[in-house]
Amino acid sequence: MRTSRSELFLGRLLLAVAIILTLLPLISMLSAALQPADRNPTGLVWPTDPQWGNFVTAFEVGNVWRLMQSSAFIVLGVVPASLLIATLAGYALGTLAPKGGRAILIFFVAGLTIPFEALIIPLYYQSQAMGTLNTQWAVIFPLLGLFMPFSVFWMRAHFINVPKELSEASRVDGASIWQEFRQIQLPLAVPALSALAILLFLWTWNQFLLPVVLIANPLDRTVAGALTFFQGQYSLSIPLLNAGALLIITPAIIVFLIFQRQFVRALLQGAVKG
Amino acid sequence: MKEATTGPVRDTGQGEPVATGSAPTGPVVAIPKQGKRKSVGRAGYAAWLMLLPALAVYIGFVIFPMLMGLQYSFYDWNGVGASTFVGIANYTEVLTNPVLLGSILNAITLIIFFTLIPIGTGLMLASLIRSMRQGPAASAAQTILFLPQIVPLAAAGIAWAWMYAQTGTVNQFLNAIGLGGITRSWLADYNTALPAVGLIGSWVLTGLCTVLLLTGIGKIDSSLYEAVRLDGAGWWREFFTVTLPGLKQEIAVLATLTIIAALSSFDIVYTSTQGGPGRATLVPGISIFRIGFTQSDVGLASAFGMVLMVIVLLVVLPIQRLSKVND
Repeated sequence: MRTSRSELFLGRLLLAVAIILTLLPLISMLSAALQPADRNPTGLVWPTDPQWGNFVTAFEVGNVWRLMQSSAFIVLGVVPASLLIATLAGYALGTLAPKGGRAILIFFVAGLTIPFEALIIPLYYQSQAMGTLNTQWAVIFPLLGLFMPFSVFWMRAHFINVPKELSEASRVDGASIWQEFRQIQLPLAVPALSALAILLFLWTWNQFLLPVVLIANPLDRTVAGALTFFQGQYSLSIPLLNAGALLIITPAIIVFLIFQRQFVRALLQGAVKG
Repeated sequence: MKEATTGPVRDTGQGEPVATGSAPTGPVVAIPKQGKRKSVGRAGYAAWLMLLPALAVYIGFVIFPMLMGLQYSFYDWNGVGASTFVGIANYTEVLTNPVLLGSILNAITLIIFFTLIPIGTGLMLASLIRSMRQGPAASAAQTILFLPQIVPLAAAGIAWAWMYAQTGTVNQFLNAIGLGGITRSWLADYNTALPAVGLIGSWVLTGLCTVLLLTGIGKIDSSLYEAVRLDGAGWWREFFTVTLPGLKQEIAVLATLTIIAALSSFDIVYTSTQGGPGRATLVPGISIFRIGFTQSDVGLASAFGMVLMVIVLLVVLPIQRLSKVND
């Protein structure tokens, strides 16, 4: 028996409302961004004379190009290393399963609930002691550690589902653990790895607290962390602030639209399997 | 605890955490026991060698700072000069100072907006639509509902600060439907600032909850629905006897994620209200930031950090426990 017509209609209607409400703030930003920069904008208006130049101004005044480079540097520092380290650990815990592996896994999983705010004070003094404070490394190193519980857990969940026969067969064939890892396990792990890569990219790109606290110069932060600087820079012009914020959101949205199937699957995978 | 030494390995990677774009915190999940493998010797050493880098960064940049924070929390220190041991005075301060308690209370209030509204909306939509049909419309809907997960929370704060502004879209809409009398600068009003900030959280999380619950409801055996309908059950009974139990796992995961997001909110508040007006939207994250870096009371800020960590655990662990019961 299918859902009744009226229920389905009501559901569709609610879904439409949810979709409109989801888009509204973004459209509202666009509307503000296209209004004249020197006046106080009004809510949603059809742009009769769209000021596309606002985006150019915001790009220049906000040093957006430099911010993108800084963000890219932080992402490159965090994501590849995280993937490598987590894959090794996930393989060790999921496939090799050494004595005491379960305890190690619990040790990592315990880190999943730690709010970043709880660590931000000691992280500040740690990076000061290490001499990385106010450089991008002050954000890169802690993020490697903070993302590790999730990354290890994610990769272990992949490796534990790889049939044991595969690794046993290659072991019988006389392959070393390293050979088995490189030639059999790694190719199979590509989907799990790419999903993790997308998630880590987004979390790093959108990371706010760490860059705001650990890097004094906003131009050396992630783009998200620089949004506070934008608020100061454009405090007199709401259109420019919105244009700048939209510029900052765009790369993440592009990545999302390109990889959206993997991304949605990655986001949903967990709960569905559970 | 005995572990099976023979027999098939039962673990099939259950309870993988769900990820969100907003924060890398996943739920704590019970880890099914692994069957023990004969992996002593060569493989054992290799395994530990492979674990070493992960353990090093995790201990170095999470566990070590946590212990440092624990140590700071027992001292009175301004970050530069000498420090004095003060015992549990900082903790007493956190648990008695009305300002700090107020920020904890605000965070708990945010749970209504970050958890109840998104999951409630998601459940309602899921039970009405039952399953998203495959097709371009469904995938477009999914893409749009996921957008708030992609936008940095800090940018969501900026977008909504504009929505809520005196000349913003919210007031424009209210004027249009004849409610011009209640328009105001929503984030500047003591009474409306906290709910307004909370609704930003609802905006961020509702799409995720909806898509996840829609996926989950599609997996419930449809014969269960047929049976309960044949019994003549109405929408409510169907919802409570089939839908809700069938989605228990998804709800537990989402509740964990969204409660953590509510208790540790920072980005949204920082870019929309900075905790104001007054202390109307002060949350623990903002308090820690201010106490630690503006007032330079490192010990108190660290103690608050520890308390926040414990609060999150106290809320999250029972949910995990509950969701496992009766499975």
